[in-house]
Amino acid sequence: MMYKRDPELIREVLGKKVQFILGDIACVYGGLLAGCSFFGGYPITPASEVAEGMARRLPRVKGTYIQMEDEIGSIAAVIGAAWGGAKSMTATSGPGFSLMMENYGYAVMTETPCVIVNIQRTGPSTGQPTLGAQGDMMQARWGTHGDFEAIALAPSTVQECMDFTVEAFNLAEKYRNPVCVMADGEMGHLRERVVIPDEKDLKIINRVPATIDKDKFIPFTNSQTRNSKVPDFPTFGTGYHTYVTGLTHNEKGFPATDKQPDHEKLVKRITTKITDDIDKLTNVEKLYLDDAKTVFVTYGASARPAESAMEMARAKGKKVGMLRLKLVWPFPVKEIQELASKVDKIIVPEMNLGQIVHPVREYVEGQCKVVSAPKIGGEMHLPHELYKYLEGK
Amino acid sequence: MPDIKTADKLNKKYLRGDMWPTIFCNGCGHGVVLDYTFWAIEELGLDMDKTVFVSGIGCSSRLPGYINADGLHTTHGRAIAFATGIKAANPDLNIIVFTGDGDCSGIGGNHLIHAARRNIDMTVIMINNFTYGMTGGQLSPTAPLGSIATTAPYGNIEHPFDICELVKALGANYVARWTVSHPYRPMKSVKAGLEKKGFSLIEFFSPCPTACGNSI
Repeated sequence: MMYKRDPELIREVLGKKVQFILGDIACVYGGLLAGCSFFGGYPITPASEVAEGMARRLPRVKGTYIQMEDEIGSIAAVIGAAWGGAKSMTATSGPGFSLMMENYGYAVMTETPCVIVNIQRTGPSTGQPTLGAQGDMMQARWGTHGDFEAIALAPSTVQECMDFTVEAFNLAEKYRNPVCVMADGEMGHLRERVVIPDEKDLKIINRVPATIDKDKFIPFTNSQTRNSKVPDFPTFGTGYHTYVTGLTHNEKGFPATDKQPDHEKLVKRITTKITDDIDKLTNVEKLYLDDAKTVFVTYGASARPAESAMEMARAKGKKVGMLRLKLVWPFPVKEIQELASKVDKIIVPEMNLGQIVHPVREYVEGQCKVVSAPKIGGEMHLPHELYKYLEGK
Repeated sequence: MPDIKTADKLNKKYLRGDMWPTIFCNGCGHGVVLDYTFWAIEELGLDMDKTVFVSGIGCSSRLPGYINADGLHTTHGRAIAFATGIKAANPDLNIIVFTGDGDCSGIGGNHLIHAARRNIDMTVIMINNFTYGMTGGQLSPTAPLGSIATTAPYGNIEHPFDICELVKALGANYVARWTVSHPYRPMKSVKAGLEKKGFSLIEFFSPCPTACGNSI
């Protein structure tokens, strides 16, 4: 028997509409609202509460929770479940994210919709397990080998932990790509007020199932029923007899490992299916950008002290603004280029030694000054620390 | 006349013609295991629309590609973990995992033991040729003490893994070991494994004249 999303049951399990909960639990809520029916995970600080929350709630909505033997097995089971017809997710932190990298690429290559929540902690290696960081932003973009496009969201509030997990499922289903929710220890272990959206306000996207004649169906090419580079999904057990491989494959899914054009055709399709839609995908918040001359480009937890620093500066009449990247990957190139043409200085506060500042610099192309404002060691920037960057330090 | 299941008839029914010819070398035993499996599937009348073949990386892991059914050719060692997810998402599917000694007991050993412990309903067919054949004959965890491999040029100094004993200890519901030179009993054994609810593992000793044979 296959899982069927039951909105009433999900809301019964989630409880009250307005709650005061952990960011980790908000990711659980987002998954359940989106119709996630399979969670494969492995305990890791500061993401364990996601697994615990799923273990408690997923069986009650008639889904399946399994604690796998490691994070490699977790993402493998999540991908397998997706081919079995489930919306599936896992949650982890840096060391587990590193272990998942090979199968992250497998999900890209096989066009498997799935969601990975990464509650980032400091690294490299075991780092500071209980402390937040933003050190895996580039790993989400480049961490698996080969050429690919990442889709990654970065929540700045507990509400967004929930909303972005729903959105991650929508994007995963729409583009048939793994999608990362790049939260961090600060967000994961923060308690805040969340409002669970009503069913009528909830946008849910489901993968388009293969429906055409089995003889005519081509599994790994542009959709045969829509104008899209994303093929319709032949769920296992529906009679399409699809062969799915991480090897470079032709349109039929069969290995095509010795000819250059086969590889180029495949990889260009699975990357441009995302980059073609960059304008639709771009999701930013703009604060005071009409007149700002100095702008914070931020994402995730570090957007919060940046916003405070901006307000401090505004109170003193300084023309400071903020561009917050809700969706970090694919990178909002046009937004950065437009911003760079209007402002004197961009400051990029990050809880790492400078990661997203690199694509910012790349697309600013020298039009304005770009300053990295790093802070590591598991502490958030304090507003006055970022305020100093506005004074030119 | 009783219906005789010749390899020819079974091949016509179950092989995926588009993928022909196979990558297997002359003298390889993998095709024989595929024959056993087809025979067992035919005997049981398994619905090929509801049967998924899962594999990792290696020669034996190429088998799902030759079968006209859903197939998931995954990453090295992880087939059983992927298969666990498929089964969880849709318990109505029959799950057959093809794997090799390196894939299953080397890089994938952790997934093997935990799937056996959890008693996940799947049939694992492990083809043991005592070598990493696809990469050219490197030392496998099942290679006997003293055996020669490209990465053990002076003889293997490690004791081999007995996979059947391992999964037996973990409570697997059906465990069997055959060689590809057994003509009939392995067919019935694969059938028994498929029929058995829960985790089952059937190991086949199979020759690798190209890679393993080269070292010896």
